[in-house]
Amino acid sequence: MNKLRPVVHAVWEFVVGDDWRTAIGVALAIVVTALLASTGAPAWWVLPVAVTGLLAASLRHAAKTQAARGRESPPD
Amino acid sequence: MSGAEAGLALSVFLACAVEAVEALTIVLAVGTTRSWFAAISGVAAAALALAVVVAALGPALTSLPIGVLRVAVGGLLLIFGLQWLRKAILRAAGLKALHDELGAFTEEAAAARAAGRAPGDFDGYSFAIAFKGVLLEGLEVAFIVLTFGANQHDVGLAALAAAVAIAVVIAAGVAMRAPLARVPENTMKLAVGVMLCSFGMFWGAEGAGASWPGGDAALLAIVPATLALSLAMAASLRRDRSPAPDSAAQATGGA
Repeated sequence: MNKLRPVVHAVWEFVVGDDWRTAIGVALAIVVTALLASTGAPAWWVLPVAVTGLLAASLRHAAKTQAARGRESPPD
Repeated sequence: MSGAEAGLALSVFLACAVEAVEALTIVLAVGTTRSWFAAISGVAAAALALAVVVAALGPALTSLPIGVLRVAVGGLLLIFGLQWLRKAILRAAGLKALHDELGAFTEEAAAARAAGRAPGDFDGYSFAIAFKGVLLEGLEVAFIVLTFGANQHDVGLAALAAAVAIAVVIAAGVAMRAPLARVPENTMKLAVGVMLCSFGMFWGAEGAGASWPGGDAALLAIVPATLALSLAMAASLRRDRSPAPDSAAQATGGA
């Protein structure tokens, strides 16, 4: 189990990165899309709305963190 | 070539080119300061490892039912693409440092010179650094090749676009004999982020059972809309970051 931990951590870092809220938000938005589509209502708009909100929230969070640190983040 | 196939080829080409520029810097640093033979051996070994990953996972992914594949791949592309887009917007707004190829080359070359040399003809340091650099930069490309290629049932086209991008970057590197410092990396990363998010939204929604107005043609609206949104967010962050004229004047002691 201990040997698996670094692998799981590396995959998580690779796919999700440093903002896990965005990943949770995308998963929730897909679930909402599926639920709405199953009722027969138009559901295509859910993901674009979710992406706009998630990206804005993630950028605001990053900007605040950067402002608190007082310098720009290093490149990666 | 359909619009979706063109999008697939363009996204993979740009993503691969930008990662290849970063990998080239690392390989040039160890190659010029220590051993070209060991550095190129490291590149070949990493390329082989990446090819094995794509060849092993490609058929497994394409064998999934299309609905499952689209929702899973769409979601992953969206999460992954939002990372690229977020970082590219932060760089464009001046909140994150741009990647400096010359700086990275100087640092890597200094570390290579400082590293000791083990006895023997083969330079293990150069091999390990080149292998690690190419493998790590290449994994993101392999992920994009696999997800885009599997969804379009055309892993071959995605792999071809990646190979062309690598060939272009290597040719440019050989011609210049220096790190490709003038490549507009952030613009390319923004473009890749926009494509990943656009296709991620499109496939994710389709996989979840939604129908886009206009079918595949909806991508012609989704891609420019995502780009416009990203540029607007970068402009807004830049505006928030620059001090207002009055406060700037106070800060500099002006009237």
